[in-house]
Amino acid sequence: MTTAAVGIKGVTKRFGDVVAVDHIDLEIADGEFFSLLGPSGCGKTTTLRMIAGLEYPTEGSITIHGEEMGLRPPNKRPVNTVFQSYALFPHMTVTGNVAFGLQMQKISEDETRRRVGEAIDLVRLSGMENRRPGMLSGGQQQRVALARALVNRPEVLLLDEPLGALDLKLRQAMQLELKEIQREVGITFVYVTHDQEEALTMSDRIAVMNEGQLLQVAPSEEIYERPNTRFVAEFIGETNLISGTVVEPGIVKLADGRLVKARTHSGAGTAVTLNLRPEKIDLHHTEESVPEHFNKLSGTIVRRLYFGDSLFYEVDFGHSIVDAREENRPGRERFAEGAPIIAAFHPDSAEALTE
Amino acid sequence: MTTRDGSALTRRLDRILKGHAWFVYLFFYLPILVLIVFSFNESRFFTWEALSLRWYRQMFANDNLMAALWASLQVAAVSTVISTALGTAAALALERYKRFLGKRTFDALLYLPVIIPDVTMAAMLLVFFTSLGRQLSITTIVLSHIAFNISFVSIVVRARLANLDPALEEAAADLYAGRWQAFRKITLPLIMPGVLGGALLALTLSLDDVVITQFVKGPDTLPTFVFGLIKRGVTPEINAVSTLMLTASVVLVLGSLALQRRN
Amino acid sequence: MTTDGPVTAELEADAERAESRRGLFLALPSYIYLLFLFALPLLIIGVYSFASRSRTGMPKLEAWNLDSITKLFTDDLIRSIFARSLIVAILTTAFCLLVGYPFAYYIATRSEKTRNILLVFVMIPFWTNFLVRTYAWRVLLGEDGLITELGRFLNLWDSMLFTLPAVYIGLVYGYLPFMVLPLYAAIERLDWSLVEAARDLYASGWVAFRRVTLPLTKQGIIAGSILVFIPSLGAYVTPDILGGAKTTLIGNYVVNQFLTARNWPLGSSVSMAIMVVMLIATIWYFRSGAKTL
Repeated sequence: MTTAAVGIKGVTKRFGDVVAVDHIDLEIADGEFFSLLGPSGCGKTTTLRMIAGLEYPTEGSITIHGEEMGLRPPNKRPVNTVFQSYALFPHMTVTGNVAFGLQMQKISEDETRRRVGEAIDLVRLSGMENRRPGMLSGGQQQRVALARALVNRPEVLLLDEPLGALDLKLRQAMQLELKEIQREVGITFVYVTHDQEEALTMSDRIAVMNEGQLLQVAPSEEIYERPNTRFVAEFIGETNLISGTVVEPGIVKLADGRLVKARTHSGAGTAVTLNLRPEKIDLHHTEESVPEHFNKLSGTIVRRLYFGDSLFYEVDFGHSIVDAREENRPGRERFAEGAPIIAAFHPDSAEALTE
Repeated sequence: MTTRDGSALTRRLDRILKGHAWFVYLFFYLPILVLIVFSFNESRFFTWEALSLRWYRQMFANDNLMAALWASLQVAAVSTVISTALGTAAALALERYKRFLGKRTFDALLYLPVIIPDVTMAAMLLVFFTSLGRQLSITTIVLSHIAFNISFVSIVVRARLANLDPALEEAAADLYAGRWQAFRKITLPLIMPGVLGGALLALTLSLDDVVITQFVKGPDTLPTFVFGLIKRGVTPEINAVSTLMLTASVVLVLGSLALQRRN
Repeated sequence: MTTDGPVTAELEADAERAESRRGLFLALPSYIYLLFLFALPLLIIGVYSFASRSRTGMPKLEAWNLDSITKLFTDDLIRSIFARSLIVAILTTAFCLLVGYPFAYYIATRSEKTRNILLVFVMIPFWTNFLVRTYAWRVLLGEDGLITELGRFLNLWDSMLFTLPAVYIGLVYGYLPFMVLPLYAAIERLDWSLVEAARDLYASGWVAFRRVTLPLTKQGIIAGSILVFIPSLGAYVTPDILGGAKTTLIGNYVVNQFLTARNWPLGSSVSMAIMVVMLIATIWYFRSGAKTL
């Protein structure tokens, strides 16, 4: 077994009485694009800063490729950071910024020049070498910050919400580019974000954090399809949470007594919450068109919203109102407000959560 | 804001404001201009006779005045350098370190010299030096000037530091810079306008001070010497010295503004 | 300390202590300097307020008494000088505010380019030697000074030198820039859409000013007032050059006790009293929500 790029064991961080990070264990594999995802104040940035050495844990162990970091200052750690505010040195040119780390490490001038050139090429900023950060656009500044960190060939690159300050279009373009660069250089990326879509698109694995704790660590798809708690289910994407009780493995009784087939993980009698994503629900006028093994629930459309690429329905089931989303494709039926409908979903789409 | 609705009332108000502003500028500058003009007057009295540098020649020939000028420059230079160094270090400690022993007391102690009245500060320093049995000299002047200048420098530098993203220093550390390197390569160049601004303020305050120097002086500085002259009466020679001091102030202001613009 | 093992709570606390030591180390030179050349002298002068006066005027550090302190409240001369000084300081502050507000308002509402130029011409008197600027008024207000000639021509006033009006002119002239700069900063920061919103909500120009502009620039008004009030109360140079025997202010009185009358205990207690008034004003200022001077 190879040693993890980053190993976090029993790490707790307290600021006075506030517990920012609460005894977490985590291993990040070499070459992985790993995201720490959670709402603000969940401890994700503190975790990143502890890996960088900008903050020391109150207790616990952080290793980089097996080597204990302990109380090592940031300048003695084989990691580099892309800061949220970019933190570009305003009094230096692009070249000056990118060369800074190499100069501090006393790398020879020739090699510095060569590596700085390569890094600037990598982030496609050739021609901007002599500009100061103040003369660059947000996206360009972001690239300088990236080049300035990557030029040092860190064992792990830490990114603290690096795209947060960019507008939507640019952010989406940069997401692709970052992912591309990560594949090219093969360095482990640890990426902090509160944007679930960003985490899903870019990451190999995601750790969802809340209130200083790790809730789930899993590949993107699993995080979305099989969240392990209500918090994760609600934080990632839109979802319907319907309460019920397990009758027997695979069968859940809803509050109004109707039975549905679902993925259960607990014994009969346990109270559970069904997690059902809006896009997993198909709406039909009649039962005939529904495939055999699907769950079928009758209800009424109470509201319809037109989103352009999709249509969004609120369906009243008597005891609960559930959101459903239908892609806007040719031939798809549309349903009017007040229309009685049958909502169908595959048993695998309904995850029974106990937490 | 421009006069958007363009009503007659607003336009009249704007004209009144404008007239008032010009009146205030006249108030600011008329006295200074009169001084300057009469410093070039041949006559001893305030009636124009002829253009002359007589009073400037007389000023430069006045040994006591020149000695006072020299003392002033020495005091200003030494106290500015020392208070800039100490005040900058104090600003760094207060802005960049979350806590240290006695930080709150230090913070308060640093503010007091700014708000304490000149006469109180002068009195207490005089009492202090004499109770130590110290002979009043140019050294006691320098020590006193440093005591009030540290605070002014630290306030100016702190304002600059507060506007500096702490992530810049973190980035330097992340990029393998040690503490000293990070300070010298990143922090210092970026707070330099603040440090120079603080030094300029210290220099000005030192060259301006009459009251405190009057109490703790050995030899006269330029302000205390001129103060003594003024109390004996108005002479064109004082006009000449004043013009010189005004010129120095204006050069310093314009210099500092140019410095700010560059950053 | 650099043990490369897992971090424990003790190790983290050690690291934090080391960090706070570095902070203290940076603060230490000025800390010690101010303790010795500021706090200690302040303490001594406080102690001297209770000392008795020897024949030479120097304090005797025995026979401690409250004479100097009680004199502050009983001596008619001191009381009248203190009262006069307070009135002068308050009126100077009021004059500066009245002249300064419309002036700062005018500058702050110009286009950015004009604004910067106008501001430079406020900065110049702000930074110019105070003694020289005061002296200039001695010339203007003197026997054949320009202002005196003007007064005679208009048949309104004669030479005002060595009178209270001269002191007021000198103080307002000296400290007006201290009032204008914070006022300018406050007015310039003002979000003008708030004033427009008030106008939109049926406020007249005057009401919008009184209910929106004025409260929102309060911070600048308070800052400027403190910056003018404090030096006016302790003023010495201005009344000494422009005022006369009948206009002695508290600052002159202290200087006299130390340099001429040689009653150090009394001088000490009077200067402590001035400081107490300043401290009250300053604490009130910070209470009003200000973070810095």
